[in-house]
Amino acid sequence: MENSKLILDESGMAMVLSRMAYEILERNNAHGDLVLVGIRTRGVFLAQRLQALLKQIAGLDVPLGILDITLYRDDLSHGTHHPVLEKTDISFSLDDKIVILVDDVLYTGRTVRAAMDGLMDFGRPRAIQLLVLVDRGHRELPIMPDYVGKHVPSSPQHKVKVRMREEDEHDSVTVSYATQG
Amino acid sequence: MKKRIFSRKDLLAIKGLHEDDLTLILDTAESFKEISRRPIKKVPTLRGQTIINLFYEPSTRTRSSFEIAAKRLSADAINISASTSSVVKGETLLDTVKNLQAMAPDIIVIRHACVGAPHLIAARVDARVVNAGDGANEHPSQALLDLLTIREHKKNFAGLKVAIIGDIAHSRVARSNMHALPLLGAEVRVCSPPTMLPLRMDAFPGVRTCASPEEALEGVDVVMMLRIQLERQDRTLFPSVNEYARCYGLNVRRLALAKKDAIVMHPGPMNRGVEISSAVADGKHSVILDQVENGVAVRMAILYLLGGIAE
Repeated sequence: MENSKLILDESGMAMVLSRMAYEILERNNAHGDLVLVGIRTRGVFLAQRLQALLKQIAGLDVPLGILDITLYRDDLSHGTHHPVLEKTDISFSLDDKIVILVDDVLYTGRTVRAAMDGLMDFGRPRAIQLLVLVDRGHRELPIMPDYVGKHVPSSPQHKVKVRMREEDEHDSVTVSYATQG
Repeated sequence: MKKRIFSRKDLLAIKGLHEDDLTLILDTAESFKEISRRPIKKVPTLRGQTIINLFYEPSTRTRSSFEIAAKRLSADAINISASTSSVVKGETLLDTVKNLQAMAPDIIVIRHACVGAPHLIAARVDARVVNAGDGANEHPSQALLDLLTIREHKKNFAGLKVAIIGDIAHSRVARSNMHALPLLGAEVRVCSPPTMLPLRMDAFPGVRTCASPEEALEGVDVVMMLRIQLERQDRTLFPSVNEYARCYGLNVRRLALAKKDAIVMHPGPMNRGVEISSAVADGKHSVILDQVENGVAVRMAILYLLGGIAE
C-alpha cells in the first residue's frame, strides 16, 4: 500500500520557482556573471524554467549547462553495472562565473558533491550556489542549499517524487510512505 | 523501461553481440566525446583500476587510443609491447598472462597475431579482456569507432549502403564490420582481388561480393578502404602495387560513383597512392581523422562499461 500526499501542485511549483528566481537576482549583484547548471534529469527542466523566468523578470540571458554526474559518483565499483551515461553539455567556461547549481531533491548530498567535482573540471567558478526544489533532510555530507523551494521533513522510509511535465504528465511534488508488503 | 546494461565480462568480438550491445556502446561513446573537449580532460570514474595494454604486434593508433582512454578515466595504464618484454626471452603467452594476473589488473587489452589469443586468456584470468586485434579475426573496437563515425554522419544504419574495398581476407577490421553493419540494418558490399577474398563468404550473411570496385561503389553512402599489407607482398597476392592502385585504389574518379554525400573511411595506417589517393584521403568526403577522434571515445565507453562488471 502507498499513501501519497501532495506537497506542491502545478501552481505551487510555478510560485516557488518564480520566488527563487527573484531570490537569485536579489542575492547576486553581478547579474552578467550568472550561469545555470542543471543536474540530469529534472534539475535540467528546473534550470530551463528558471532561465525563462530570469529572462522574463530581468531581461537577462543566462547561459544554461547540463551536467550528468554519473562519472563522478562515489558508488561506482566492481560488481555493479555502471549506469548508462547521458551527455554533459556545458559549452562555456565557468571561470569566474557565479554558478547556480540546480537539482530537484536534496537528500544525502552525495549527488551535489559529485556535481561540484564535475563543475570544477570546467573551470574555477567565483561561487557555486545550490538551488533545490525540495530539501528533505538526512544529509550524509556537509552540504547546505542556498535556495530551497520547499522544506519537506521526511523519514528515510518516505519517497519524495518530483514530476515535471517535460517528462511526466504534470507538475507535482508528492511524498509517499511505502509500507512493506 | 528495460534497464540497459552491458553484461558481458569481456569484449572479444563483434560476432555474438546483440544489436542492443552495439547501440549501448555507441550511445555511451557519444556521451564520452565531450570529455576530450574539456579544459580538464579527465574524470575520476575508474580511479584505482589498473589496465594493461599487452601488444604483441606493432600499433600506434590503437595502443595510444586505449592508453589515452584509460588515462582520461583516471585508470592506471601500463603498456607492454612484445619486443621489449620477456616474450623475447621465450616466455609463452599464458605464462606472461598468469604473471600479469598475479599483479591484479582489472582489464587486459590484448593484440596478438594469433586468432583466438584474447579468448584463450579471457577464459583463464579474472581480469576483463578486450580484444585489440587478433590475427585476421576481429578488431571490435575499430568496428565500433567506425560505426560511431558512420552514425554521426548518417544518423542511422537502416538501408545504408556500405562498400568495403581491399584485402578482405587478411582484415580483422573488415571482419568485425561485416558482422556489425548487417546487424544494424546496413547493406554491405565487399570488393577485393579474388586472392584476397575470404574462402567462406557465406559466413557473413547480408554481405554481397562485387566483381569490381565500380560495382561496389555505385550509389553507396559509405566507403571503407582497407590497408594493403605491403609486408605480405612476398606472398604474391597481386602482381604489383601499381596494378593494385590502378584496379582497386580509390581515386576521385571512382569516388564519383558513390552518393554525393558519401563518406570515405580508412582504419589507418594509409598507403597513400596505393589503396587511396591523397586527393581522396585529404578531400571533403574523408572522415579519417573523425575516426581517430571517435576511437578514444569508443574505448572510454568500452572500459567504462567493462569497468563495472564483477569478476
